[in-house]
Amino acid sequence: MQDDRPLAQRLHLDLSLLFGILVLAGVGFVVLYSAGGQDTDLLIRQGVRLLTALAVMFVVAMVPPRHLAYWAPWLYAAGLGLLFAVLFFGDVGKGAQRWLDLGILRFQPSEMVKITVPAMVAWYLAERSLPPRFGDIVVAGLIILVPTILIARQPDLGTALLVAVSGALVLLLAGISWRFVGMVSLLLAAFAPILWYLMHDYQQQRVLTFLNPESDPLGAGYHIIQSKIAIGSGGLYGKGWLNGTQSHLDFLPERSTDFVFAVYSEEFGLLGVLILLGLYLFVITRGLFMAFGAQETFGRLLGGGLTLTFFVYVFVNIGMVTGLLPVVGVPLPLLSYGGTSLVSLMAAFGILMSVHTHRRLLSG
Amino acid sequence: MSLGITLKDKARESRLLRQRVLTALAVVLVLATVLINRLVYLQVISHDHFATLSEKNRVKIVPIPPTRGLIYDRNGVVLAQNQPSFSLEIVPEAVDDMEASLQGLAEIIDVRDSDLDRFRKLLKRKRAFEGIPLRFHLSEEEVARFAVNRHRFPGVDIEARLTRQYPLGATAAHVVGYVGRIDEQELQHLDTANYSGTSHLGKTGVEKAYEGVLHGKVGYQHVETNAQGRTLRILDRTPPQPGDDLAIDIDVSLQAVAEAALAGENGAVVAIEPRTGGILALVSTPSYDPNLFVNGIDSRRYASLQLSPDRPLFNRALRGQYPPGSTVKPFVGLAGLEYEATTMERETWCPGWYQLPGRSHRYRDWKRSGHGKLDLNGAMTQSCDVYFYDLALELGIDRIHSFMTRFGFGEKTGVDIGGEVTGLMPSREWKRAVRNQPWYPGETLITGIGQGFTLTTPLQLATATASLAKRGSRVRPRVVNAVIDPEVGETVAIEPVAEAGVTLRDGAHWNLVIQGMVDVVHGARGTARRIGVDAPYTIAGKTGTAQVFTIGQEEKYEAEELEKRLRDHALFIAFAPVEEPRIAVAVLVENGGSGSKAAAPIARKVMDHYLLGQAWES
Repeated sequence: MQDDRPLAQRLHLDLSLLFGILVLAGVGFVVLYSAGGQDTDLLIRQGVRLLTALAVMFVVAMVPPRHLAYWAPWLYAAGLGLLFAVLFFGDVGKGAQRWLDLGILRFQPSEMVKITVPAMVAWYLAERSLPPRFGDIVVAGLIILVPTILIARQPDLGTALLVAVSGALVLLLAGISWRFVGMVSLLLAAFAPILWYLMHDYQQQRVLTFLNPESDPLGAGYHIIQSKIAIGSGGLYGKGWLNGTQSHLDFLPERSTDFVFAVYSEEFGLLGVLILLGLYLFVITRGLFMAFGAQETFGRLLGGGLTLTFFVYVFVNIGMVTGLLPVVGVPLPLLSYGGTSLVSLMAAFGILMSVHTHRRLLSG
Repeated sequence: MSLGITLKDKARESRLLRQRVLTALAVVLVLATVLINRLVYLQVISHDHFATLSEKNRVKIVPIPPTRGLIYDRNGVVLAQNQPSFSLEIVPEAVDDMEASLQGLAEIIDVRDSDLDRFRKLLKRKRAFEGIPLRFHLSEEEVARFAVNRHRFPGVDIEARLTRQYPLGATAAHVVGYVGRIDEQELQHLDTANYSGTSHLGKTGVEKAYEGVLHGKVGYQHVETNAQGRTLRILDRTPPQPGDDLAIDIDVSLQAVAEAALAGENGAVVAIEPRTGGILALVSTPSYDPNLFVNGIDSRRYASLQLSPDRPLFNRALRGQYPPGSTVKPFVGLAGLEYEATTMERETWCPGWYQLPGRSHRYRDWKRSGHGKLDLNGAMTQSCDVYFYDLALELGIDRIHSFMTRFGFGEKTGVDIGGEVTGLMPSREWKRAVRNQPWYPGETLITGIGQGFTLTTPLQLATATASLAKRGSRVRPRVVNAVIDPEVGETVAIEPVAEAGVTLRDGAHWNLVIQGMVDVVHGARGTARRIGVDAPYTIAGKTGTAQVFTIGQEEKYEAEELEKRLRDHALFIAFAPVEEPRIAVAVLVENGGSGSKAAAPIARKVMDHYLLGQAWES
């Protein structure tokens, strides 16, 4: 039997989503060239990472959602095991035990958990009737909480929160009642002072700096002050590509990674920023639409959850760079230099494509 | 029927999920609006304000790194210092013809292709008024040659900066340690503000353990730049606070004597001042030149250090774990007296082997023909194994373990430089937990002569010997004895830290056991009598020979026939003068053969140099 479906369909790709991703990655290369001091080696390294991540996306997209659901609990368990392994045998990299050395590759299990946690929550809730009952919510809460605590112990509070958010978003999509959400929020607010005492010194410092950037003009406060100057001085049309003074005169720190948005805003202005946000919104809307149209509950929950997590990253990064949120060290997806989060990001897009393109034909 | 309900639920579920997705989309749009609002505020409403700030953003903060503290030995000899190192820098805008300049420079100083590659890369990225280094670490000759030719090279200049230097090279490298470039992982631990001008960091030894003291506090200078970033003038300056200097207990001349005595062997020597716990010498051979690491060692040389079977980078004194052999006998003897498992008078017959009741296995004495009838003093001086097999069995592993632990065996000594390991003092609980096996009586026997599971570091042996010398009072061993503020010249001494000591039921037992150790060196039949014959002071010592390789029941140990690495480790512990102990020493010679021949003479050389200030010729 000859398969006469178009190539994209046979490969289970969604061309609109792929287009959005590639354009954003393209914008990323343009900014990186400027932010990285016109270093072509940097671009080549990032290009290799992007290709690797795209390959992962292609592979994941080929896997039918049924299989993804089947594997979800196993992968979740494996992720948990790896997190325990990191706590006990992890390499102390960057001041925290996040890495696991597997001989050939160094591996950050918290990246994997970013996907396995929402997948597990989606799998668990999809088996039950929705909206979830109280007991189901408690179990889902535990599914989220255990890896979150393990990651927070590494200690990597930023990633821990993002993992918790990715799981919580699936719960929200599953139709958890708004009253319940309100109550949990109130409880969390009540626990905030306790959390303060559990935080490391540097974490407390970040919060203080956020509240008053001028208090630390040499450290993190300096980042925010310089970043705001960069963005604000960009104006409507920007200073032009490669002409950002803030970034090129070394005032802006971390300009290839977490603060790449400031470089972009300085050089391309509000106009460029609106185009960039438009691109992100295009990807997110397309993602939500794909989740919306999925046949199975598992696919809907997971696809929607992953798309919203993607938005949370964008929102938190831009919020941080513009001084709306504290500096939490979240990269801007597809624009920031760096490879570790790129693979899990692309795997998430692969899942979305899988959910959207694998349709079970109803016989008869 | 049930099918109907499920179908109905499915439809409801579907509706619910779609609703939620739409709500989510709405929230996304609202939050995106928040971001856009913020950006409009920054980029349109406050644009003028930020544009002015950006235009005026001409004041840069330039960090000034502090000068690292120096390290001195106990007599003021410099062990680590900062030396100016010269690099050749080129300011591109001041050079008329870059290629001609580079060629000309290559004729008078050694410029490699890798230097040129790095330079060209930086040339593209840096601005024209910024100095770009072409070569680092010019030799004095190169500096002189350039100085003569300087007029030919406008825009080229020599920059001096301080780099760490270890004038004595390999001597005491395992104590002092070295600094190296800060790597990415360390960067995350550091106070980035305080290290903003610093490129190097202590990696091992005192350099690492006292990093916080040696480093100092960064200074800043505010510089005004023009729109292109060129420095126009310095606005104000907060000078850096130099790091504190350190005085350490090591006596470099003693260290050198000990290193020379061990030369050619793999081993360790640790000498401690019993009163203060100050480490007078800490030798691990072979050593290495720490200067190699300061500016990045090349991979070939690093591989040769790393892969050498003699493991020069391995600090045997702190990290080497060896069976203590017979050097535990004074401690076990003391335990015997303490727990009344034996008396000074009690005698044991040594036929050259020992058997557990009802077992055929013969635990052999090192002397196959046996020692005959011996009391505790005789058993110590002649190092009779059979006496101690019998005593160990009488004591039992629980009492041996608890008594030895009081001397610090099986525990870290708490020395102030990092990296030491715990060694192992086995116990019933340990064997149950780690091997999941019960304890066997035969294992008690060999524990009594320092074999079997027991492992000690040379530092532990020296520390325990020092406590023996002080009749049970224990002081934590230490390297650094004072911190000196270089600006005021004020010296703050570090007080010795006392540990929980060993108190005996009968204090007279100390002297009885120490007398046994004196007879080891000065007695007619002592195993170390060869180093005692001409000693002008009284030494208490104990030899040890630790098995690396198990010999079969009926085989004979022939040192000559065995490969070197399978030969026994030679050990010796000692302190002197017995009346007023000023030095306690532990010597370990890996595969050195017997403790009396290989290790004891080294200890004698060390003690002679320290107590008499002269060399001992055996």
